[in-house]
Amino acid sequence: MDLKGIFEIIKSIDGVDLDLESNFISVSPASLLELADKLKNDRDLEFDFLMCITAIDNGDSKSFTIVYNFYSNKHSHSCEVRAQLALEEEIPSLSDIWKAADWHEREAYDMMGVLFNGHPDLKRILLPQDWEGYPLRKDYKVADYYHGVPIPKDKSYWE
Amino acid sequence: MNNSNDSSIVNIDEMVLNMGPQHPSTHGVLRLKIHTDGEVVSKIEPVIGYLHRCFEKHCENLSYEQIVPFTDRCDYLASMHMDHAYSIAVEKLLDIELPERVEYIRVIIAELQRIASHLVAIGTFGLDVGAITPFTWTIRDRERVLDLFEALCGARLLYNYIWPGGVSHDLSPKFIQHTQEFLDYFETQIVEYNELLTGNKIFIERTADVGVMPSDVAVNFGVTGPSLRGSGVDYDLRKTQPYSIYDKFDFNIPVGEGKMGTVGDSWDRYWVRMVEMEESIKIIRQAISSLPDGDVHSAMPKRIRPKKGEVYSRYESARGDVGFFIQSNGKNIPMRLKMRSPAFCNLSVLGEIAEGWMISDVITILGSLDIVLGEIDR
Repeated sequence: MDLKGIFEIIKSIDGVDLDLESNFISVSPASLLELADKLKNDRDLEFDFLMCITAIDNGDSKSFTIVYNFYSNKHSHSCEVRAQLALEEEIPSLSDIWKAADWHEREAYDMMGVLFNGHPDLKRILLPQDWEGYPLRKDYKVADYYHGVPIPKDKSYWE
Repeated sequence: MNNSNDSSIVNIDEMVLNMGPQHPSTHGVLRLKIHTDGEVVSKIEPVIGYLHRCFEKHCENLSYEQIVPFTDRCDYLASMHMDHAYSIAVEKLLDIELPERVEYIRVIIAELQRIASHLVAIGTFGLDVGAITPFTWTIRDRERVLDLFEALCGARLLYNYIWPGGVSHDLSPKFIQHTQEFLDYFETQIVEYNELLTGNKIFIERTADVGVMPSDVAVNFGVTGPSLRGSGVDYDLRKTQPYSIYDKFDFNIPVGEGKMGTVGDSWDRYWVRMVEMEESIKIIRQAISSLPDGDVHSAMPKRIRPKKGEVYSRYESARGDVGFFIQSNGKNIPMRLKMRSPAFCNLSVLGEIAEGWMISDVITILGSLDIVLGEIDR
């Protein structure tokens, strides 16, 4: 099924829109859970794979885009869903519906500071638990010290 | 004697056992927090990130060409696959058509790499369950693949060979000849592996029925690659959504059948890798026999500067589904690059399927998932 067909099935949900130019479905954070439930359980959709969750800084570190890539093995179709978030705004966690979301959401939190509402254990996954800041934000400044060890920032440290 | 209702029996506290970060069976720098009740595992928490090298942050400061060596270092046992996956994503973003010869070369190289990577997986898996000889054999044969790659591009492990728009060097006629010699030799080796390991009674008893991963659990956790196919799910991007020129070749997708136990046990995951190597040989032979002529550099862009837009591209590597999400803002460096690493998702299922097994079986299950920490931590 192509993206238009998928959109026909889910368009009754509030806050869902289709972007044909870049081929994705946009959704408001409030209706994400309803949409996810439909994507997983509708018999014509059956997106059983949550492939990837990407958090994107929109450029000013004030607003973020969360990109979900779904794939259905039964119907072999895929779709991309995007949600816009403001700073400190929460988005519902999908880890109850797809277990794959658990670690991907933790990574998005770790790197971009996105807060997932209802996540079972939202903590850092790749960085140390006491790391400060969210490195993939555009306004991230590298700290001078980590546990008293200076962090090299330019070549003069190692050349 | 039934003591189950006797309140005078003292409950033995659970013990938390730390496996890793430095441990020969964790296949890298991985730490497992294992909660045990006696010797039975009640809960596992994988702790990752020890090999984190800020891959995605680096990519936001590098031009598209400069990223290729970094993708090499993500999955260091299947570097060609990472280069290929990344190149396909950039080519999608640039919307360029490749010469046929490039596609054929890439397929030959990718399948050779799959053999090399699966050989390490099988060898170390045997090592995990106590079989030492197969490891020396598989490493010996992998060496021959690495020699081929060395003759091809000068590097043995981190190749920087597949570039967006082409490959760095053309194949030499010698390479084709040596590859054919290797395939003839390797076909007989697979028979020997099967005699030594696949049907070995001790090996079967250690792996069959151990760590059964039902297909719905695997799919829900996003497990891909041979680990998923071991659970009987017929999912391989080379067949279901063919990229490059995989639709031109005739090959099968082996899935777990539960020959020695239950569908989706550790033995099935091992066996899928074993059969996949035979399928790779088939693909390479077909690709070599119909390799067209052409210039491998003709489609290579002088400067990579994609127009504004995003792409999500998928690729079947030796470990599963590699995804690259690239956002371009029209400059020569990506605005955001996210890599979906297959072993990351494959490892997340460990806590679910290892529950209730002995500690020694956790080693077996972890080995059968074939993780590479460089790719998990990025």
